[in-house]
Amino acid sequence: MTGTAPARPALLVEGLRKSFGETIAVDGLDLEVRAGECFGLLGPNGAGKTTTIEICEGLTAPDTGLVRVLGRAWSDDADFLRQRLGIALQDTQLSEKLTVEETLSLFQSFYRLARPVEDVIALVALGEKRRARVGTLSGGQKQRLAVACALVGDPELLFLDEPTTGLDPQSRRQLWDLVEQFKATGRTVLLTTHYMDEAERLCDRIAIVDHGRVIALGTPRELIASLGAEHILHFVPADGATVDVEALRGLAGVRLARRVDGGVELAVRAVHETVPELLAHLERAGVPLAELRTHSPTLEDVFVSLTGRQLRDD
Amino acid sequence: MTDAPITARDVFARPPVAPRNSSLAQLTATRVREVIREPEAVFWTFVFPLLLAAGLAVAFRARPPEVRVVGVLPGARAPELAAGTLAALDSTEGLAALAVDSASAASALAAGRIDVLVTPGPEGVQYRYDPTRPESRIARLLADGALQRSAGRSDPLGVTDVQVSERGARYIDFFMPGLLGMNLMGSGIWAIGFSIVSARSKKLLKRLVATPMSRAQFLLSFLLSRLVFLVLEVLVLVGVAHYAFGVPLRGPLAVLAVITLLGALAFSGLGVLIAARPQTTEGASGLMNLAMLPMWVFSGVFFASSRFPAAIQPFVQALPLTAVNDALRANMLEGAGLGAVAGELAILAAWAAGTFVLALRLFRWR
Repeated sequence: MTGTAPARPALLVEGLRKSFGETIAVDGLDLEVRAGECFGLLGPNGAGKTTTIEICEGLTAPDTGLVRVLGRAWSDDADFLRQRLGIALQDTQLSEKLTVEETLSLFQSFYRLARPVEDVIALVALGEKRRARVGTLSGGQKQRLAVACALVGDPELLFLDEPTTGLDPQSRRQLWDLVEQFKATGRTVLLTTHYMDEAERLCDRIAIVDHGRVIALGTPRELIASLGAEHILHFVPADGATVDVEALRGLAGVRLARRVDGGVELAVRAVHETVPELLAHLERAGVPLAELRTHSPTLEDVFVSLTGRQLRDD
Repeated sequence: MTDAPITARDVFARPPVAPRNSSLAQLTATRVREVIREPEAVFWTFVFPLLLAAGLAVAFRARPPEVRVVGVLPGARAPELAAGTLAALDSTEGLAALAVDSASAASALAAGRIDVLVTPGPEGVQYRYDPTRPESRIARLLADGALQRSAGRSDPLGVTDVQVSERGARYIDFFMPGLLGMNLMGSGIWAIGFSIVSARSKKLLKRLVATPMSRAQFLLSFLLSRLVFLVLEVLVLVGVAHYAFGVPLRGPLAVLAVITLLGALAFSGLGVLIAARPQTTEGASGLMNLAMLPMWVFSGVFFASSRFPAAIQPFVQALPLTAVNDALRANMLEGAGLGAVAGELAILAAWAAGTFVLALRLFRWR
């Protein structure tokens, strides 16, 4: 199935803008999602991810900007596009009175060509629940059913909006497996998330979105490398003592230094290079330490370095 | 089924197939399942109206003619006349006489324990009663006749009474068609309105319009499922009315079917229109009550709509429930055919078409 033709982008968005009253949700956003990749929109709640994905799904009209899905425009080819897209919205509640099988038969009946209901049920591992009412399913099972509804129409492009929000770790991993299997068939996925681990695990490329714009774009590896740091040092001074962050920037190997909730974070080239200097510096400044941790940089650190804010406030 | 895991690679390697089921059939089946799997909906549609009818049948059951009570108060100037008056009234058919004193007379009259207060005097009799109460006017007439005759009046005309009890003239006969009409209204507006608005509030509507689903078929499925339940509802209510309560079915049954069908379409249209915009079921239920309240009051469910003043009759007659109730009564009780209810049917058709067109213009899909 892997074609040799030059890859047409599965999704092309240029200069997208959308306001709701006074609120600017999307503020000049550009995207290009290549066919066959899993592309992630990563950003905090309210960044404009859902508005962007709903415009791409044809559910919301943009104020201005160009949107081409599978090379087509919603204004000209809405019927074609609805046949070819699979969509899982954020928190859709499917009819509680229907069984899993009945729900999928209903969705299947809308498509000219579709996957057999049995196959899709097997794909999302809901075989034992096929005759269970939707109202009796767990959160993870409901979410898998929502993804099954998105897959039953045999989509070329799959949109997943916050697919694992509120799920337990096991359900999240099951959903990740499913997305990876779908991608392995050469199809395209666009997902939004505010979980950096989800984005790192699933996405070939990521656009970090904040205030309705793309503020960074690349593979997870590229984005993390852009920090220029191999490690993140996090320390918390004891007894609420204050630290002069400016002075820390002069220490050996420090790329970035910033105050984060109660502590200080340093992006550093090497832990063994910076830690002795840091301890000595704090000793001189008379700052006792309550905590000192180190971790490999993540997309969270990329987001923090770009915006000065945490991805999630929890 | 096997336990061997099927991978996406296996599934997507096969060519997709054309779905076996039509989407309209699937959508309609969904509506029907949603109703029958909601025990409360079944209760309110089928059991509640029958309980209501049973209660009213007991309250308005055939009874011996009621007795009116006359209070006799001894007059200040001829108290000795009270005993004779009391005896004359008490022996009259349809009357019971009660001796009262001046202390209790006023309160007995006010509370309705006596319908009229009689005070005999030397020059004649004084009746004290409330003329707006039909019971009091009857009691006064009966009492006056009895007292005049016992005082020596002779009636010049001979009288023969033939007593009848005609099916079709009882309250239950009046009420059952109204109950059927009210049920058509309630199940149309509640069932459709709630179903649509809760789908919207749960973002299910938005999810559905993201698929290639035909929006016209989606709305049509509500109508079709209504027709499925309409047949059941009409059979149950008309059957119980006829066989259990003896309500006559004098008109052509085909016309009865047309009336209920057009009525159901009119109320379904109203249900879709009410559900066109609200985002929450709370908001929708307010609108539904607002739409139904005037019809509960004006449309002649419990008493004839002709009781309302002529000035508001054009409004009363234009209500779909008035049209349904009038047509059902004309058909069931008076044997009206298609021609006789054409006016009502035209009103219902106009409501059905008008509300659907308006609903489609206003409908919010997300």
